[in-house]
Amino acid sequence: MRFEYAPAPESRDVVEIQPSYGLFIEGRFTDGGGAAFKTVNPATEETLAEVARADEADVDRAVAAARKAFGTWSALPGAERAKYLFRIARIIQERARELAVLETLDNGKPIRESRDVDVPLVAAHFFYYAGWADKLAYAGFGPAPRPLGVAAQVIPWNFPLMMLAWKIAPALACGNTVVLKPAETTPLTALAFAEICVQAGLPAGVVNIVTGPGATGAALVAHPGVDKVAFTGSTRVGREIARTVAGGRKKVTLELGGKAANIVFEDAPLDQAVEGIVNGIFFNQGHVCCAGSRLLVAEPIQDELLAALRRRLATLRVGDPMDKNTDVGAINSAAQLARITELVEAGEAEGATRWSPACDLPERGYWFAPTVFTGVAQSHRIAREEVFGPVLSVLTFRTPAEAVEKANNTPYGLSAGVWTEKGSRILWMADRLRAGVVWANTFNRFDPVSPFGGYKESGYGREGGRHGLEAYLDV
Amino acid sequence: MSDNGTRLGVRKTYKLYIGGAFPRSESGRSYAVTSSKGRFLANAARASRKDARDAVVAARKAFPGWSGATPYNRGQVLYRVAEMLEGRRAQFVTEITDADGVPARKAGELVDLAVDRLVWYAGWADKIASVFGAVNPVAGPYLNVSKPEPTGVVAVVAPPMGPLLGLVSVFAPVIVTGNTCVVVASERAPLPAVTLAEVLATSDVPGGVVNILTGRQPELAPWLAGHMDVNGIDLTGCPADLALECERAAAENLKRVLRPQQTDWLADPGTSRMTAFLETKTVWHPAGV
Repeated sequence: MRFEYAPAPESRDVVEIQPSYGLFIEGRFTDGGGAAFKTVNPATEETLAEVARADEADVDRAVAAARKAFGTWSALPGAERAKYLFRIARIIQERARELAVLETLDNGKPIRESRDVDVPLVAAHFFYYAGWADKLAYAGFGPAPRPLGVAAQVIPWNFPLMMLAWKIAPALACGNTVVLKPAETTPLTALAFAEICVQAGLPAGVVNIVTGPGATGAALVAHPGVDKVAFTGSTRVGREIARTVAGGRKKVTLELGGKAANIVFEDAPLDQAVEGIVNGIFFNQGHVCCAGSRLLVAEPIQDELLAALRRRLATLRVGDPMDKNTDVGAINSAAQLARITELVEAGEAEGATRWSPACDLPERGYWFAPTVFTGVAQSHRIAREEVFGPVLSVLTFRTPAEAVEKANNTPYGLSAGVWTEKGSRILWMADRLRAGVVWANTFNRFDPVSPFGGYKESGYGREGGRHGLEAYLDV
Repeated sequence: MSDNGTRLGVRKTYKLYIGGAFPRSESGRSYAVTSSKGRFLANAARASRKDARDAVVAARKAFPGWSGATPYNRGQVLYRVAEMLEGRRAQFVTEITDADGVPARKAGELVDLAVDRLVWYAGWADKIASVFGAVNPVAGPYLNVSKPEPTGVVAVVAPPMGPLLGLVSVFAPVIVTGNTCVVVASERAPLPAVTLAEVLATSDVPGGVVNILTGRQPELAPWLAGHMDVNGIDLTGCPADLALECERAAAENLKRVLRPQQTDWLADPGTSRMTAFLETKTVWHPAGV
């Protein structure tokens, strides 16, 4: 059955995008030393704005501003810091619709997700850590835990504002000041956040935002005036950062790649599992480090499950991210589209069977149809490498032990999923899966109170919850 | 040791401790260990890269069993190590006196502290998850539980000073939570480490949970730091240049790194040496009918 939908476009008038943006240093927008770059809407390839490129001197200025602000900020009573964070949380709620639209325009994710997932979680994250600012003495890190100083924070393009919240909220709550570098392709919500800091009356220099490419981030991470490095992104860059900070005093947390197994047993509630599989890999176009990119299905139910999955995928709506009915939006950049295409071609060349539902992709912009590979071997690149796109690799297993073996057969260890009605099996599996987050009979759930982070090459440290404070305290 | 006018003592061959066995170095190498006053004590095995790799294989093999043992059981085993160490007190007093040139009374205090430290850590086995785990009140109909789990195989570069107390203080917090380890003993004073291996071998510690290498730390530590099947490394015994080299090598597979820091082995150790090699796992499940 095919449902026809009338267009349900969100209005882009709720956000005013300036033609150009500067760096946010010491409470003011300033020019950058490097050549400005353009940020585009990946759904239309239209240029949204020009953004300043921070060079080493700009990074230096930003770190100096953060250092200057650190003394006063860290000396504020926790209750006062808390109130600034509560203010920020409230302003995010007040400007939620504008932020959601801006995120969707700059990133390409469906408005349904930026509106219902990203922005609410951003506000919630600030509310949560606001409440910790005056309770740090009770957090289990000793009677008077100290902040670290200036935090260098480098974040990715897949959840631009959410990753900003995960970095800035706990850092500020603990009394640190920050210099944050948003991803090159998605700087706009971070710059909107800079305005929010101004509206909240946050003291100058407590939050500084420097935009630019990877080189800007590298300069920030390597800066000798930085006490803490927090990075979310690829394992390759994470490794470089770990090398850069070696032998020094900088404290580091890294949240890196993943290749999660989503394991479906024969007794799983099939319809729920199908929804979980779809949410696991096609949420945010699969641009999710914890995406359930490897489906491990019990051999006896393989045919039944795949038939149900194909039926469900045929109903996914791929296209205009600003349409409120859209399920799968645009790929974030031409470079990422090329990476996905290359890995998918490798999957076919290595002998896996490729399938996508029939769907019309827009002519302009960066698009990739939801894709399922069957007949995947563990040795295939699509089973080993992070695709970071809407591509699912299906493997099978016969016993729980084999499922564990295959799930753990990866250098990553960020997340995993288990689907079964048998409680003891869930707990048995959860004990054995070497991953920082295990979703049982659900997938891709996030909450500010819930620690998130990986085992093995998915990085170290946790974000969220009481555990997330440790990254920003001298403990 | 018991040379006297009428009888020649039977000396011990100091070997490595890998997978519960006491092999010589596969390289056939050894090095002379002397007392603090320069007197020859013994030829210790000088472990090679291959020995280090064998030790990692043994530690990896022991990991599922040890991490899967009940915390109660791991606590009992560590307590047993303390019992066995107490029984060998005199032997360690002699070895520490030789190694550090301290009076026997002081050496005895250090052995006592090492025993007490093992007892202290043993008690943590079944408490660490209560203290560092959590039930997280998420905004939705889900049970969300976080608990600490061992990181895996951890390499430990033991401190040069404190051949017994320093050693116990670095390996006990690693294994009590379920990790297995490869320890590079103090290069200067390795003999108490080998004798401690004999204690471990008779203490119900499964073979491979603790592996002890003697030899040149600058030769062995970088191999362990760069080894792709090691999950974490404690660089306590490394001078700054070696620590830098090892931390860089450790980046290759993003090992958890505990950097060297000034440590008073006599002080309350706190929990940071345990938490440095723990992962937090968070499990979600929907609540509903």
